[in-house]
Amino acid sequence: MPFIPHTEEDISTMLASIGANTIEELFDEIPPALKSGSLKALPGLSEMEISRLMQERAEVDGRYLNFIGAGAYEHHIPAAVWQITTRGEFYSSYTPYQAEASQGTLQLLYEYQTMMASLTGMDVSNASMYDGASALAEAALMAVRSHKSSRRILMPTTVHPIYRRVVRAIVKNQGIEVVEIPYCAECGHTLLESLAPYAGQDIAALVIPQPNFFGVLEPVDALTDWAHDNDALAIGVVNPMALALLTPPGEWGSTGADVAVGEGQPLGIPLSSGGPYFGFMACKQSLVRQMPGRIIGRTTDLDGKTGFVLTLQAREQHIRRSKATSNICTNQGLMVTAATIYMSLLGPEGLRRVAAQSHANTVALVEQLETLKGVKRIFSGPLFHEAAVTLPTPTGAVLQMLKAQGILAGLDLGEHYPELGNALLVCATETKIADDLKKYVEHLGRVLA
Amino acid sequence: MLIFEHSRPGRRNYSQSPTTAAEVRNIPQHLLRKTPPLLPEVSEMDTVRHYTRLSQLNFSIDTQFYPLGSCTMKYNPRACNSLAMLPQFLARHPLAPEDTGQGFLACMYELQEILKDVTGMAGVSLTPMAGAQGELVGVAMIRAYHEARGDYARTEIIVPDAAHGTNPATAVMCGYTVVEIPTGKEGDVDMAALKAAVGPKTAGLMLTNPSTLGIFEKNIAEMSRIVHEAGGLLYYDGANLNAILGKVKPGDMGFDVIHINLHKTFSTPHGGGGPGSAPIGVAERLLPFMPVPIVAFEQGKYRWLTEKEIPQSIGRLSAHMGNAGVLLRAYIYIRLLGAEGMYRVAEFATLNANYLMAELSKAGFEIAYPTRRASHEFIVTLKDLKEKTGVTAMNVAKRLLDKGYHAPTTYFPMLVPECLLIEPAETESKQTLDAFISSMKEILAEAYAQPEMVKGAPHTTPVRKLDDVKAAREPDLTWKRSS
Repeated sequence: MPFIPHTEEDISTMLASIGANTIEELFDEIPPALKSGSLKALPGLSEMEISRLMQERAEVDGRYLNFIGAGAYEHHIPAAVWQITTRGEFYSSYTPYQAEASQGTLQLLYEYQTMMASLTGMDVSNASMYDGASALAEAALMAVRSHKSSRRILMPTTVHPIYRRVVRAIVKNQGIEVVEIPYCAECGHTLLESLAPYAGQDIAALVIPQPNFFGVLEPVDALTDWAHDNDALAIGVVNPMALALLTPPGEWGSTGADVAVGEGQPLGIPLSSGGPYFGFMACKQSLVRQMPGRIIGRTTDLDGKTGFVLTLQAREQHIRRSKATSNICTNQGLMVTAATIYMSLLGPEGLRRVAAQSHANTVALVEQLETLKGVKRIFSGPLFHEAAVTLPTPTGAVLQMLKAQGILAGLDLGEHYPELGNALLVCATETKIADDLKKYVEHLGRVLA
Repeated sequence: MLIFEHSRPGRRNYSQSPTTAAEVRNIPQHLLRKTPPLLPEVSEMDTVRHYTRLSQLNFSIDTQFYPLGSCTMKYNPRACNSLAMLPQFLARHPLAPEDTGQGFLACMYELQEILKDVTGMAGVSLTPMAGAQGELVGVAMIRAYHEARGDYARTEIIVPDAAHGTNPATAVMCGYTVVEIPTGKEGDVDMAALKAAVGPKTAGLMLTNPSTLGIFEKNIAEMSRIVHEAGGLLYYDGANLNAILGKVKPGDMGFDVIHINLHKTFSTPHGGGGPGSAPIGVAERLLPFMPVPIVAFEQGKYRWLTEKEIPQSIGRLSAHMGNAGVLLRAYIYIRLLGAEGMYRVAEFATLNANYLMAELSKAGFEIAYPTRRASHEFIVTLKDLKEKTGVTAMNVAKRLLDKGYHAPTTYFPMLVPECLLIEPAETESKQTLDAFISSMKEILAEAYAQPEMVKGAPHTTPVRKLDDVKAAREPDLTWKRSS
């Protein structure tokens, strides 16, 4: 019996202790009329058989030279990251409610909070959220809770289009209005002019992506100051890898953004078809009691020895029930374990080098792509490690042909931004070498010729 | 010692980041970071040693028995992890074309089909990233269903008082008012209170069955009739599906929507607090509102269904398709079990729980609902022990840590005083349960002989009882260089 250790003798001794004749008798409180269905036939596989099946399926999926980013980025993950993360003591441990039996996870989360607060330039961080998109939705809810009167969020269309949908799905039943702000067709970022119609109105928050979905850098200082001048919170939605190079949200404008959220995947989490990843959330000290999710604090034990506990739990659903800041119960503990080990291995200089190389590779790729006839970068604004380019022929067909050569050439922007025409979003992280860029450009050249 | 305290300026790992420091062109100076982030500057060995040592401060399934009620801490097979982490699965970009992910999508499609069968529901979506998000999706669909029929009068969700805290919190997030109903003496929902609570304002009822008291709601068919006749829908919190897997299907009990906590029933890892994953299943009438994406199989190919095919969908809950890697682990576990193995999940979880309940009762522990069968879990109440010795449920829980067991769930459900919610899970042997019973007996004796010692527990863990009040009053949430 897979994963059931009971011998026949165990079973009969246990039933005798209970005073039952069969295991089935233990289900006698379930009304017989409900015991209707049996399961469809499904043979159990041995470990060897399932290994073979999964390996076959993995091979069907193959490996590609990938230039897609769009919110999930391929970075080198040091071997130590997942070897330590999948140690049974991390992998199979429970949520650290019993602090004395969970100091490993709790201290690690405290270290994670310190790293994320510093990376974002904020005062405090929680112990993580589900993913970047849902973290942004929670930040919007947090802004509405802390604002006295407004239930309106300003959302630039340069924010990841799926994030915008997720925010809508999560907040729509709470009477929150999400107003989309158009981008500058030439520079590819949000302009203060586009916000002007809302000046002086009651607004809970302005969302500021950095870099934005097009890979373009937003004028974060001016946008943050605009939000504060209009009594709105500034919510930064940022790529944590970019923050090794870029001004952190806590230093935007004259007083800094109020909340920083984003997708933690670039920090040591494999692409794995979209998950599990983790969302991060950091904020100013004044907002900490409005923050959802688990938070770890440092304290002392009976002997005065340093230890770590889950704290400020009065915000959470298991204490506050219907009055909680959020219904969120879990964090993405294992993913954060990996991210913490990743950041520790890379350190400030390693992380900066990964970010700088990703930037340099993308700049080089765009320059080489622009040597092809009819291929041109769409926006003039500065970029981090991603760029939107226009193609002379329909994007879908081009992508198909490059895929046949083993290259995933980028994301077709047509679905979310039809106004851009034949447009492609490309990304070249530090994992790409000069030959990879050359191969891409050569094949694209052939396809377009 | 914190990782930051191992840090020395200028120390770094040369193999793990680009060897040449690339030039940063094209980024204006004012957008660049002025001071580096506070990340540790340590060697690879420092990192490996530090985090290996931290791991050793944890209790875990791989090292300890967790009789943790409502949490289902069962063995996490290693094959599920290693096969979900095959390089091709890890490398696949979520936005890569569908035809580059047919192997992965085949697993997801089959998982959807299997979950439809075990829940008895008409459709399944795999996207919710944790139980609480599954609930959010489920209640949002209930709301979408009523509104699509032009029924805007339904503003209330009914929740029993024994429910998980996520239930009422979720109802509020979906814009509903929560109506709480009490539990009767035998542990079932108070039917008179339910009848009084339903009406034209009822959007739905959220119910866990078997309940968090570890008993099967015998009146479920009647409850279903009452709620449906009032025009409401029935939400199944699938937290305890493991207790009835293959025995009763939530669809057959009359539920309209359900979430399944995969870690509990299908043994995905807890990971120190996540990631979770909570697919949702729906009855026919909620199919048009399911969250996207969903995997379809057409003309021999797997593909995503999105807002285009499901225009009334309540939308998306994550940037991609939820916690894909967790779903893969659950799929692998199910294939290892097969149908026979799935029946055994419920059978042996129930056998273990009833055996433990019988033996602890014989040992002198008071069972909260002694006339009932345990489902996969049961409640011990230490009200009497506290009155006689001053030793509380929390003290007993902490003393168990000294004996090498993770504590049971304490003070939940809140309606049973001084309670321990105990759930052994099917993967534990009789010998482990017997050793646990011996330790419980020892603690009972200690409570009378040396109550102060028990109240001071734990004594053998890496730290002793921690000061929660200080942590909340003077929050120290990040390390500062000067401190």
